[in-house]
Amino acid sequence: MLTFTIRRLLLAIPTLLFISLIIFLLLDMAPGSPMSQIPLTVPLEVRLKMIEALGANDPIFFRYINWLHKFFVIEPLHVFDGLFGTTFAGDSLRELSWQSRSPVADVIAQRIPQTLTVIGMSYLLGILIALPIGIYSAYRQYSWFDQLGTFISMIGFSVPTFFTGVLLIVVFSVKLHWFPSIYDTTLKVTDWASFGKQVKQMTMPVAVLGLYNAAQISRYMRSSMLENLTQDYVRTARAKGLSERVVVLKHVLRNSLIPVVTVIALGIPTIFGGAIITEQVFKVNGLGQLLITAIYANDLPMVQTLTFIFAVLIVLFNLVADILYGILDPRIRYD
Amino acid sequence: MKLKTALLGAAAAFAMAPAAFAERGADGQLNIIYWQAPSILNPYLSSGTKDVESASMVLEPLAGFNEKGEVIPRLVTEVPTVENGGVSADLTSITWKLTPGLLWSDGTPVTSADAVFTWQYCTHPEGGCAQAARYEGVTSVEAPDDLTIKVNFAAPKPNPYQAFVGATSPLLQAKQFAECLGAKAPECTAANFGPIGTGPFMVTEFKTNDTVQMVANPNYRDPAKPAFASVNFKGGGDAQAAARSVLETGEFDYAWNPQLAPEVLAGMEAAGKGKVFAAFGTLVERIEINMTDPDPALPEGMRSTAAHPHPILSDIRVRQALSMAIDRNLLVEVGYGSSGRATCNLVPAPELYASDNTGCLTQDIEGAKKLLEEAGWMPGADGIREKDGKKLKLLYQSSTNAVRQDFQALVKGWWNEIGIEVELKNVDASVFFGGDPGSPDTFQKFYADVEMYANNFDGTDPEPYLAQYTCEKAPKPESQWQGENINRFCDPAYDALVAELGKTGEMAKRGEIARQLNDMLTKDSFVVIPLVDRGRTSAASNTLGGVVMNAWDSELWNTSDWYRVK
Repeated sequence: MLTFTIRRLLLAIPTLLFISLIIFLLLDMAPGSPMSQIPLTVPLEVRLKMIEALGANDPIFFRYINWLHKFFVIEPLHVFDGLFGTTFAGDSLRELSWQSRSPVADVIAQRIPQTLTVIGMSYLLGILIALPIGIYSAYRQYSWFDQLGTFISMIGFSVPTFFTGVLLIVVFSVKLHWFPSIYDTTLKVTDWASFGKQVKQMTMPVAVLGLYNAAQISRYMRSSMLENLTQDYVRTARAKGLSERVVVLKHVLRNSLIPVVTVIALGIPTIFGGAIITEQVFKVNGLGQLLITAIYANDLPMVQTLTFIFAVLIVLFNLVADILYGILDPRIRYD
Repeated sequence: MKLKTALLGAAAAFAMAPAAFAERGADGQLNIIYWQAPSILNPYLSSGTKDVESASMVLEPLAGFNEKGEVIPRLVTEVPTVENGGVSADLTSITWKLTPGLLWSDGTPVTSADAVFTWQYCTHPEGGCAQAARYEGVTSVEAPDDLTIKVNFAAPKPNPYQAFVGATSPLLQAKQFAECLGAKAPECTAANFGPIGTGPFMVTEFKTNDTVQMVANPNYRDPAKPAFASVNFKGGGDAQAAARSVLETGEFDYAWNPQLAPEVLAGMEAAGKGKVFAAFGTLVERIEINMTDPDPALPEGMRSTAAHPHPILSDIRVRQALSMAIDRNLLVEVGYGSSGRATCNLVPAPELYASDNTGCLTQDIEGAKKLLEEAGWMPGADGIREKDGKKLKLLYQSSTNAVRQDFQALVKGWWNEIGIEVELKNVDASVFFGGDPGSPDTFQKFYADVEMYANNFDGTDPEPYLAQYTCEKAPKPESQWQGENINRFCDPAYDALVAELGKTGEMAKRGEIARQLNDMLTKDSFVVIPLVDRGRTSAASNTLGGVVMNAWDSELWNTSDWYRVK
């Protein structure tokens, strides 16, 4: 298992380098300019000077190497300095966003808490709702509960979050005034009152995304359970006189969880990716909103860094899923 | 509507009365939402509206513009003019006198050295200053004493109110930005995110592309202002959500630019929590005519260049017919409601420069048909006009935007009616306005017959704006397709008149020349077909007093006077 992990990690290096190159080339070839959002009243000479100051006119090869150097050497040094108070990085120039002229890594670090609390919570909530629904739906297949579960997950699957989000805002913010329609990212939880506020402002975005996540995961859980419930070992267990509770929750559930755990692990990088639409609808301003505004503004350093971080996470969690699979399922051995 | 406005005005006047006795910070928190979030608070590094306007609550210029477009003093005792001796008789220098006793928000005095530094900061060759145009023609800025700032120009400047005037040209604190000159400018993140200013508020926390937290500046020059103790400046989301948060849920006091369909906005206003304010400046949505041939059959480098005049649109009668067929009032109703008005002028304001041209406001389909017939374009078998076997067909492009696509569809309908076949095209705004010389879809390259977008000019003086239409400013392959004269309009008489405007100092005469130039581009040649004079809009809560929309400066120009209506 260890050699497998090491081999996979080593293999990930060229894969990621290749991905970073592809992202870089794709972004560079995409039409648009960092100057497209500035007013037309700004004269041409000034625009050219600004582009030059951004370094956007340098040759692409030079910019790519420069980016790699900053991402893999300078930024980690700065993070290290920040953690331990050292000065290895000195005053080396960091990767700067074209929009805000501030270090890309700082902005990303600033956004992670919002995204993790809101999107992470919705993922957790989704799992917590999905598993029991999936289990019971499968156990009582075609019962009214199963039909209802299927119906709700169809809604979760097919109704887009920009619709459910706005619907919730219109009902609960505009009509009933229960929840705020705009998320306050500056709120600090210090006491029960501010905790209450935080819960209130998280309710709607978490509900919208939770429904979406629960819809997906409950379907996986249900089909995996159904597959196992008809297996011979289940009949054996029943024949031995085990209680239904033990049969379902111990034997069937454990075996059915294997593929579901993989699906859940593979979904974790999407938490970091943020939910672009939901974040926009509720003004959560996390990583998803950061990515979309950077794309609109043609802020290539920001888009490049974010997408590459997502790529790293996806590669990493693929590996985690594979390892988990090996641990959970004794039939699977990699060595 | 008139009565309603009058009543609201009266109500506002009553509400104003208690404000006179207000004290600093008495009114709690002010909540502002911009659906485009501010990225940086240094207007010299970004000219985005969101950045300039959010910074304008903190950083101030020496003088600004009021809602009528007049120059008003902010940090100076009076606005220098030739009459009061502040502007030299030969128009080559302007001398500002700082108000004595002014302090930065950190408590240190504001001096003329800060102005000299600001000029050096923005004109540094490696800085890539976004507002360099404000300092164009300035040879030096001198500080004869602590309170005197003398700006010298290379040549006589009929409009000396450029440098240090308006939100795009504020004063920076020399001490704070001393290490940030030139290439080092972007590295000063702390200063760029939290500039020390003289404005009514100061920054306590800045999260880029998210929020700005501000508190009242304890050293603000008027001890009774601002009425608000703190500001929560939120960014992000979309125009509809921003409008909703002010007009329907009341979570915010002020929302910038609720760019929505008029009926949607009216529906929100009906909730009774706030209203929409509009102010008209110089932003004109227009159709620009390509005077050169964009035919794809021409070799690259020849398309849309002066070497090949447009086969159809070189005829003024066709251009005039295009303009006559349009019902501008209907366009306003569909696209902008109360935040737009029909116009025939490229320069719709200020009053001095606005021509009295209203000839285009009535649609005249029959007249347009007649003109096309005079020009030799006769209806063909399929209803499309033809001349010498060639069909009257135009490619009409614009940027991707709901209102623009509505306009395209309406205009296409009218042009079809007069027998013109129209092909529509829309290009993503980041490409259309991106200026990439490699892209065939930029508005400068103009590989289409007509195109529509909006443009305006900075401040109140239209000279540089009108000077964009001179012959040598046409985009061409040799200039990397850069240049502002995107019509490739070329008239030596026009160029001569622009040169004359540059030499004229007397205001009345300048107005006359500018109006003449405007007419040469619009009603005399129909090279530019103005459609709608677009106002600036914002939504404000009924509990927020003191809002005066201003189209000539930052719309947050008078936040020091804002207060809570109780």
